[in-house]
Amino acid sequence: MTALLTLHKAGPGITVQDGGRPGMARLGLSRGGAVDRLALLEAAALLKAEAPLAALEMAGIGGVFTTTAAARIALTGAPMRADIDGRELAWGASHLLLPDQTLTIGPALSGRYGYLTPEGGVGAPSLMSSVSAHLAAGLGRACRSGDRFVIARTGATDAGPETMTQAPRFAGGVIRYVAGPQSALFSDETRKRFRATEFRVSGAANRQGVRLDHDGAPFAAEPRAGLVSEPIIEGDIQMTGEGQAAILLAECQTIGGYPRIGTVLPADLPIVAQAPTASALRFREVSFEEADRLLRTEPSQIADLRRGLRPLVRDPRKIPDLLNYQLISGVTAGDAPGER
Amino acid sequence: MTGVEEGTASLHALGQDGVLLRFSLRVDTQATAAVQFVARALGDMSPAGVVDVVPALSSVLVRFDPARVTRDDIARHLRDLAALAPRQGKDLNAARRIWHIPAALGGAAGPDLAEAAAMAGLGPDAAIRQLAETPLRVLAIGFAPGQPYLGLLPDIWDIPRQTALTPRVEAGALVVALRQIVLFANPSPTGWRQIGLTAFRPFQPAADDPVPLRAGDEIRLSLATTDEIAALVRDGDPKGGARLEVTP
Repeated sequence: MTALLTLHKAGPGITVQDGGRPGMARLGLSRGGAVDRLALLEAAALLKAEAPLAALEMAGIGGVFTTTAAARIALTGAPMRADIDGRELAWGASHLLLPDQTLTIGPALSGRYGYLTPEGGVGAPSLMSSVSAHLAAGLGRACRSGDRFVIARTGATDAGPETMTQAPRFAGGVIRYVAGPQSALFSDETRKRFRATEFRVSGAANRQGVRLDHDGAPFAAEPRAGLVSEPIIEGDIQMTGEGQAAILLAECQTIGGYPRIGTVLPADLPIVAQAPTASALRFREVSFEEADRLLRTEPSQIADLRRGLRPLVRDPRKIPDLLNYQLISGVTAGDAPGER
Repeated sequence: MTGVEEGTASLHALGQDGVLLRFSLRVDTQATAAVQFVARALGDMSPAGVVDVVPALSSVLVRFDPARVTRDDIARHLRDLAALAPRQGKDLNAARRIWHIPAALGGAAGPDLAEAAAMAGLGPDAAIRQLAETPLRVLAIGFAPGQPYLGLLPDIWDIPRQTALTPRVEAGALVVALRQIVLFANPSPTGWRQIGLTAFRPFQPAADDPVPLRAGDEIRLSLATTDEIAALVRDGDPKGGARLEVTP
């Protein structure tokens, strides 16, 4: 029960991403994986998976896809313009893609990273325990036109299309963070000013991190020079040599010398990753007690998202050929043409 | 767990699933010895719920699974080990693994060598001799995959970073600052000065052991010409002519 998903026209920023490679910072390798992890959990809920699946992460714009056998797909993360043979598709939803149909995913309507996940996940060669491309580390490569991916069908095609309300995270907002080992290197006044400042996402944003602009004086630590490099984690808010803030994301370095004022909670990292250029971010410091209360395991998050699913109801007047649609639903319960 | 103290070990929460044990805010051989002691002990003990142990130069980070252990459990482990560390690891123990890595220093392979040597108060030839004669240790692996921080060089090499970034050095580049040498795993911009080039690739993703160097390993640079390094690069062997000597 496998199918082949073919990428015909690839946008420039498509990579295979799963949960990445945790536990390898000792080797100098940051976890990587999906930069918006919530998008993987959304897809897992829509596709009835217990754990996150490997997806195609699409930065800014998607591509054109076909499949050799009927397959359920989930579209999550940043909403993108999408259609199957010209029929517009809801985002934050699951759909059925049939052989001989063409799925076209265009530009992001808001946010940065959209995700296409087929049932069973994207099949790609695993390197160091993950299929994720980690371009900063030289692992894997960006997807190209003509790439084909094996997908392991799970029978999720039997379910009707469903939709969810996605957590709003595509336009910046308030980011919660905790103080860290180097926060005390910043004066109380500097930390207060940091919390009172409105930052704007600069043009320098990628899977390694997001650089922020702000009006006013640079944010400097004391002492300024001679600090030894220390371990870094995703979410750290570092101040560059020019006193500009940058938030580190999935493909960050593992050790670094710039002072860090705090660490963004994982729950709010999707807002950082998805914040478009020029959108506004503000920071709110929370206690460790509050941060710990917000901790959720991935299975419980998936279960919550699954409870929020509802059937994707389409207006029958907008369905071009109702009879054909029902016929197809019947066919896919058995062996679809072109199945392997 | 949030104070910054000089001179003593301190514990700090880092994010929701990390605890940092810091021996110093500066580069300091004693702190590195203590870090390597703690990291090795944690590796041997592999306490429940520990997800990653990341030794840096003067501090070590433990990532944990909050569903299995608490921050306080991890802090307790680290506090106990920190108390043992200074006595057991005052200096770096003799290395059990010694790497001999061919390196071209100066000339086209090290465009900034003369400048760096002058800042250290040495002529280029004396600098090359000293760099090749100083037994280096892997102080930490990080920044990029497999990438070693090597040191410490004699005090005269406590030279600052450049004010401007060098836009690109090649994989295998040796760069110097702050009594340390970094051997770049991938092409990269850098604020450090390039003094040499090797054909050694510290990150070999397709190999059984993708990161061959370990914190604590000794590195000796064996002098080669720029042409010899270029030939080793052409050979395509990621070891770049390096030889590993393991003492029992």
